[in-house]
Amino acid sequence: MSYIAIFITFVFINNFILTQFLGLCPFIGVSKNTESAIGMGFAVTFVMAIASIVTWMVNNFILIPLEIQFLQTITFILVIASLVQFVEMVVQKISPQLYKALGIFLPLITTNCAVLGIALINVTKNYNALESFTAGSSAGLGFLLAILLMSNIRERLDLVKVPKPFQGVPIAFISGGLMALAFMAFDKALLTNLLG
Amino acid sequence: MVSTIVYAFLSVSLLGALLGMGLAFAAKKLAVKKDERVILVEEALPGINCGACGFAGCAAYAEAIVSEGAEIGLCPPGGKESAEKVSEIMGKVLNFSEKKMVAKVHCNGNRERTQYDFMYKGVEDCNAAILLHGGDKSCKYGCLGLGSCIQVCPVDAISKTDDGRVEVDKDLCIGCKKCVDICPTHVMKMIPYDADYYVACNSFDKGGTVRKICTVGCIGCKICEKKFPESGFIVTNFLSSLDYDSKGVDREGAAEACPTNSICKIL
Repeated sequence: MSYIAIFITFVFINNFILTQFLGLCPFIGVSKNTESAIGMGFAVTFVMAIASIVTWMVNNFILIPLEIQFLQTITFILVIASLVQFVEMVVQKISPQLYKALGIFLPLITTNCAVLGIALINVTKNYNALESFTAGSSAGLGFLLAILLMSNIRERLDLVKVPKPFQGVPIAFISGGLMALAFMAFDKALLTNLLG
Repeated sequence: MVSTIVYAFLSVSLLGALLGMGLAFAAKKLAVKKDERVILVEEALPGINCGACGFAGCAAYAEAIVSEGAEIGLCPPGGKESAEKVSEIMGKVLNFSEKKMVAKVHCNGNRERTQYDFMYKGVEDCNAAILLHGGDKSCKYGCLGLGSCIQVCPVDAISKTDDGRVEVDKDLCIGCKKCVDICPTHVMKMIPYDADYYVACNSFDKGGTVRKICTVGCIGCKICEKKFPESGFIVTNFLSSLDYDSKGVDREGAAEACPTNSICKIL
């Protein structure tokens, strides 16, 4: 049951983009059309999922036994960045097709704050390995949901006459803010109502 | 206290060294060998990914040239220069003779010169506007001025004028023909970069109809064709067009003789 709770929490209640405001750079930068938004969304999901597991291992097998948890931020950045580089190489070698679809997005998110964010949140919430993985992939899916909705909104915005001062990024941020307001409807009560 | 510092120093430097070596090893082991000609060809192409060659971008075209034997010289922005470089890399002989072409809006009808049937206040897109009775202009062949071409132009060479048309900056135009493909009235046409005159009208309507709705439209009177046979003007379907391969004698005279001034000099 707790896994479903984690899933709902990170996709809807604590959506990384719309509630916690983490990872806004790719959210605005790559949401101009649906196709690249989906690519970016899946790349983030993928990286967040594996980063959660690896950082959990680093935290539990290196940092806690040596009692140097204050190094969490720097080691997590180090590990995540090299991990993403490595994954990029592997994907390029094994599947050129997948590399073409995801590859260009991977380097963009190596040190994205959303990826680092999920690693640190996992630690503060004391999740075990599987819970961390669930949290990571759910947070990624939440990102995918937000960027997909955003790209659809922006494709429509392209066809509408927007006042000059608001054209481009400003109107995107305003739309994002309105979406965030809509997501405020999801709160802890949702969990109690759904799962009792 | 001291042990914490030592642990911190050791663990981070060890972790960094391990990951660094791991990556270096992986880069060697997992390196994907790319045909070096692909990289060279890609460098010889302009790299603006306009898609005029019919491939997904410069990288895809370079790949296709090397591995699938795609034709060299499909790249209008690169023109002769880049085609020559590419054929040198590929060791092929090139027969590339095409002149540089640019897009030009063949319409001078603005809000004062042309009649409008109604006021269009909808989506800012020519292909949307044309769904409503063929656009707001009484002339159904002219430039709608909403700028569908501006959206697709990869180099921002097209801009709106204040009077309901668009214009192409021929020095910025790379000749990718994207605007020609998207334009619903086909008023955007390709002409040589060094063209001296052009017919600024796209209307196939009969002379009388054109006169009623536009003061600068071609009425198909054939004065240019008959009085200046050497100039290269040909009238078909009540619209004059200019054959740029002709000798082009006295185009200036034809432009002056045109009763509606629809033959214009290109500055």
